[in-house]
Amino acid sequence: MDELIMVKINGMDVHFPKGKTILEVCKDAGIYIPTLCYDERLKPHGGCRLCLVEIKGKPVPLTSCTTPGEAGMEISTESPKLTRLRKTILELLLSNHPNDCMVCEASGDCSLREMAYLYGASLDRFQGEKWNLPIREDNPFITFEPNKCIACGRCTRICNEVVMAGTIDLVNRGFNAIPETAFAKPRSLKNCEFCGQCVSTCPTGALTDKKGRGKGRAGDIKKVKTTCTYCGTGCNFFLNVRNDRVVRVTSDFEAPVNKGNLCIKGRYGYDFIHSDERIKTPLIREGEGFREASWDEALSLVAGRFNAIIKEHGPDKVGGFSSSRCSNEENYLLAKWVRCAVGSNNVDNCARVCHAPTVAGLAQSFGAGAATNSLEQMSDIDTIFIIGSNTTEAHPIVSLYLKKAISKGAKVVVADPRKIWLAQRADVWLNMKPGSNIALINGIIHVILKNGWESKEFIKTRTEGFAELKAKVEEYDLDRVEKLTGVSRDKIIEAARLYSQAEKSMIVYGLGITEHLTGTENSMATANLALVCGQVGRPSTGIMALRGQNNVQGASDLGPLPATLPGYQSVTDPKCREKFGKAWGVTIKDKPGLKSVEMLDECAKGNFKALYILGEDPAHTDPDLHHIRKALDKIDFLVVQDIFPTETTKYAHVILPGASFAEKDGTFTNGERRVQRIRKAVGPVAGLADWEVLCKVSTLMGYPMPYTHPSQIMDEIATLVPAYGGISYKRIEKKGIQWPCPTKDHPGTTTLYTETFARPSGLALFMVLDHVGSGEVPDETYPLVLITGRVREHYNNGSQTRHAVGIIDLVPEELVEISPEDAQSLGIKNLDWVKVLSRRGEIKVRAKVTKRSQTGNVFMSFHHQSTLTNVLTSGHRCRISGTPEYKSCAVRIEQLSQE
Amino acid sequence: MEVKILSAKFDIKDAHMLEVAKQHGAYSQLDKLFSMEPVAVIEEVKNSGLRGRGGAGFPAGLKWSFLPKGLNKPVYLTVNSDESEPATFKDRYILVRDPHMMIEGIIICCYAIGCHDAYIYIRGEYTSQVKALQKAIDEAYAAGYLGEKVAGHDFKLDVTVHRGAGAYICGEETALLESIEGKKGQPRSKPPFPAVEGLYGCPTIINNVQTIASLPYIIENGAAAYKQYGTEKSPGTHLFGISGHVNKPGMYELPLGLPILDVIEKVAGGVLNGKKLKAIIPGGSSTPVQTPEDAKDLTLDYESMAAHKTMFGSGGIVVLDETVDIVKLVENLAQFYHHESCGQCTPCREGLGWILKIVKKILRGDGTSADIDLLVELCDNIEMKTVCVLSAACTMPVRSYLIKFRHEFEAYVKKGASAQANVKQG
Ligand SMILES: Cc1cc2nc3c(=O)[nH]c(=O)nc-3n(C[C@H](O)[C@H](O)[C@H](O)COP(=O)(O)O)c2cc1C
Ligand code: SF4
Ligand code: SF4
Ligand code: SF4
Ligand code: FES
Repeated sequence: MDELIMVKINGMDVHFPKGKTILEVCKDAGIYIPTLCYDERLKPHGGCRLCLVEIKGKPVPLTSCTTPGEAGMEISTESPKLTRLRKTILELLLSNHPNDCMVCEASGDCSLREMAYLYGASLDRFQGEKWNLPIREDNPFITFEPNKCIACGRCTRICNEVVMAGTIDLVNRGFNAIPETAFAKPRSLKNCEFCGQCVSTCPTGALTDKKGRGKGRAGDIKKVKTTCTYCGTGCNFFLNVRNDRVVRVTSDFEAPVNKGNLCIKGRYGYDFIHSDERIKTPLIREGEGFREASWDEALSLVAGRFNAIIKEHGPDKVGGFSSSRCSNEENYLLAKWVRCAVGSNNVDNCARVCHAPTVAGLAQSFGAGAATNSLEQMSDIDTIFIIGSNTTEAHPIVSLYLKKAISKGAKVVVADPRKIWLAQRADVWLNMKPGSNIALINGIIHVILKNGWESKEFIKTRTEGFAELKAKVEEYDLDRVEKLTGVSRDKIIEAARLYSQAEKSMIVYGLGITEHLTGTENSMATANLALVCGQVGRPSTGIMALRGQNNVQGASDLGPLPATLPGYQSVTDPKCREKFGKAWGVTIKDKPGLKSVEMLDECAKGNFKALYILGEDPAHTDPDLHHIRKALDKIDFLVVQDIFPTETTKYAHVILPGASFAEKDGTFTNGERRVQRIRKAVGPVAGLADWEVLCKVSTLMGYPMPYTHPSQIMDEIATLVPAYGGISYKRIEKKGIQWPCPTKDHPGTTTLYTETFARPSGLALFMVLDHVGSGEVPDETYPLVLITGRVREHYNNGSQTRHAVGIIDLVPEELVEISPEDAQSLGIKNLDWVKVLSRRGEIKVRAKVTKRSQTGNVFMSFHHQSTLTNVLTSGHRCRISGTPEYKSCAVRIEQLSQE
Repeated sequence: MEVKILSAKFDIKDAHMLEVAKQHGAYSQLDKLFSMEPVAVIEEVKNSGLRGRGGAGFPAGLKWSFLPKGLNKPVYLTVNSDESEPATFKDRYILVRDPHMMIEGIIICCYAIGCHDAYIYIRGEYTSQVKALQKAIDEAYAAGYLGEKVAGHDFKLDVTVHRGAGAYICGEETALLESIEGKKGQPRSKPPFPAVEGLYGCPTIINNVQTIASLPYIIENGAAAYKQYGTEKSPGTHLFGISGHVNKPGMYELPLGLPILDVIEKVAGGVLNGKKLKAIIPGGSSTPVQTPEDAKDLTLDYESMAAHKTMFGSGGIVVLDETVDIVKLVENLAQFYHHESCGQCTPCREGLGWILKIVKKILRGDGTSADIDLLVELCDNIEMKTVCVLSAACTMPVRSYLIKFRHEFEAYVKKGASAQANVKQG
């Protein structure tokens, strides 16, 4: 690979690959160099001048952070002269720094203090006037003490270079240089993403997390490394624990995915852990309400009722929903429980309502239903093709990689009906009509083939079914595609050129692909596009399906699916049934069970009797809520295990308290297939973790589950799921591993399909697809298309983020986004109250007039219990996987007279 | 002693107007230029020995030849008209009196380096100058000397004027680039040098106004003609701004290599009112000071300046007579550089402030001899240890005053000490 070169550092030979700076070389070799303005996440800056080193033959010392190592250099990192220089620099800094380490929030975690000590900087040589500026508290999450600022510029650079938010910059010159917002406006300015990256990089106590102030400093805190419980990116961080309470979240700079960066939810969304509203004891229904119960009483009731119903109606009338919020181990246990203790295949997980089409679609095209590449590779993409993903809001940390690629010059194609952040910066924005994905992609492939831009070699050697695809896309000439998608032909041609002609192009998609009538087909369409251009099977290419929840990938991998056992091993395959039957000591049913949506349909008809819902809230998040509520009303026995009361717990017969991610050991698998640890930082509020509860229920029902620690469950998974074969807690202690990892010495897989595809033939398959459109299209009574999605600050049903101080103040309510044109024709002004109506229901909400919406489309999220958006969404589902069509339904908006 | 090459049209009425300038030879070299190969142009400039007139004196032709070849990226030229160094006032004459000479120079340079987009970065305070310049550019566009086809040749060139906002640091070439890019003017760490990664990450040549304005003469008359002026290593002529205590302050074009004392005497009319000469700042405020003794054999060229441990700088000569208080002068100097520090390097941001504070303390009568030593040490710990040389532009002259005029600092210390003793006794 890279050529190794050698330098001498302090007399010692050090070898390293060309292209590293002297500082990086020293860091790798364990040689200390003091730094104040350096952060691995930033471009070298060279401002603080502490990292000066002497190089033989150079007249003056050079900054090691900016100087590349060159063969033969003889470097000294310490010398009396350097000590003198560093001491002077530190003394100059201290001359304008309050000497209040005693009460400083950063005490114990301050680089300035550490270096002053190391170099014996004194406070006497330079004594004079100091800054006396007031403390700034104008950001809900960040306290800024300007007097402690050493103007290293790390905060301003991370805000501009990495986050690209542009909230702050160093203003003023010389001695008065200070990080400040434009025109000294409050820091809660609209463009602040509240990511706290600035806080994470500040070397002093100038920037601190407001919510954690006074709650414990480095010395009194236990730091527990864990994985974020919000989206599927898989960020690691430290829970800072004092007196069995999480008081703060701090960055883990070694984290493989996020390198210390976090979003508002990960960094500031932890309050829910200790919320007073948590469910703290088991609750048993009594008349219209609930009464508190002991674990013993509740669990025997649950086990007894399940057993009785199974006896009376048979196991096929009983099932369970698992949750991608829960750990791999818990998902595996629930899948096992349904198969063993209940005896049916009626088990599903909430990926059904988001990424089941990815699993189904990509599995058909490529052989496995997972993202093909690694997030880190995104920074080297040449053309980014983003379709149906508002990445900067739904996956802020993934978007940092895209931003990095953009700053390195990557071309950007965004296909999205909304003018999102990325669309504003795109080279081509394909402003498609909702539901026209297949037409658009077929049109792009049509252009590619017409111009000979395809990769003939790749098509020939790695794929099958090309002739059929070619014949089909022939029909999608641009006249037709323009009509179907609403996108002009020049844009389609340019997008085709940029995607096909780049060395490395990657498709990034989100729920805008999957949550459609044709969700599975949409995902296969993206696969077609990648295959035609040979943009898969290499680093920085492929298809990254961005997973919405922390463990969507793991929940699907580990078996709570009606047709497959853990590891996507089919219940219809006798070999698989035999393998699991033997391991579990039961007979596995050979008929696939019901999907979650089907179980609810059966409930509504009175045909389904008992359900165990682990960590899901279908009565809030599923579409067509009236239907769901009817279903839940009808059920004989419903157990809901959750951390908060939700819309669904209202229907339960028994509510079991869940444990949050901070209260248990386990693993999550992120969207790039990386299996990572979560760790118990504080005790479960109700005394038991979810996996323990499942074990007890199962054991009481007569199928013993005698695990004493989740690591034993993972060891069992490793014996049964080939892709997880090499994974154990010991191996992922420091860094997670990306599956497939078949053996104990396998390093894991960053890029799938480098040699062959996972289909039996080893070739990828082109799928022939046709435009179908949305299940419900606008008409005269319901003339607008409602698109649903996320906002950055909130998460899913909001049960966690709505309990976070700061976040809920920032985004306290739902708003319906509407274009200025539509607003004008309906006589609606910004923040007016309106009524949104669909064929299924109506809700009251305030309007946000924004150019993000194109005429004819409106947008809402579904994070607020006070505004149940899903009253409106339709009952249409993906024709193959059953995922609801959240992304488009027809609505009408009426103005409400001002109150 | 004076020669008129750059200043040939300065005294001609309305020479800033295209019609008049053309009558006096403006744009007459373009046919010749376009008949040459670009490499030949670079070669000619190299042979002329023309050195950058912005302060550092880097050979212009050599700088151009550092541009990487075969990159699939545009090449930019930026002309540095920030002219903010105290005591420097030469480029403004070109901008106002003969802007077409510079525009012709820009065409020459751009053709040589393959640039189709040139920027002129002009000091924010130059309000009348920017008007004059823009008018000249508009005229040049209208007459077809700029635009799609320069003078009818198959060469496209656009020139954009970018105004500064009053920061000295934006004269530093990489801060200048940041400023054009719309960012805060802060110097970049080098390498990479602008010739490799400059404006918007593309190869960029930055030259001073006077450097560029020297090109038409070289193309017209050839390298040899240019070299007949000046010394072997410092060929050509220079616009010197002579100010301070002289009888005839002003801007004079002189060949390089003349003895500085002769120039002060014969060109600038000698020290004002027959006072005694105390010191000379030879090339702008950032160059180390010369005593009359030092200056005896000092000539106005790069080699002699280096031999005298000072610098040619930007040709701004300041004459200081016996009445000048050196400590107050240093206060003034430190005040300027401290104010102009961009603030990204700790030693410059904090250190220049402390130089100022300590000098003020000495002036107040509160200083000690140790403070004078601390000043020298500070200079040592700051100089060449920062991203750019603004800090050195302060510490180099400050150190020279501290060493050569230490007695004046000591005098303040003594005076202060006795005053305090009196207070105590009283
Ligand atoms: C603080 C500072 C200020 C400067 N100001 C100017 C200036 O106003 N004009 C200028 O031509 N060069 C200035 N320079 C020098 C430029 O960085 C650069 O060397 C010069 O423009 C190159 O042009 P030349 O090679 O033609 O001299 C300055 C340098 C520094 C460090
Ligand atoms: S929180 Fe994030 S966006 Fe806001 S100022 Fe800090 S780095 Fe910038
Ligand atoms: S606030 Fe912190 S990170 Fe920002 S410039 Fe000041 S010391 Fe550096
Ligand atoms: S030396 Fe001074 S002016 Fe130059 S980059 Fe550093 S702080 Fe800015
Ligand atoms: S770490 Fe290199 S200058 Fe600050």
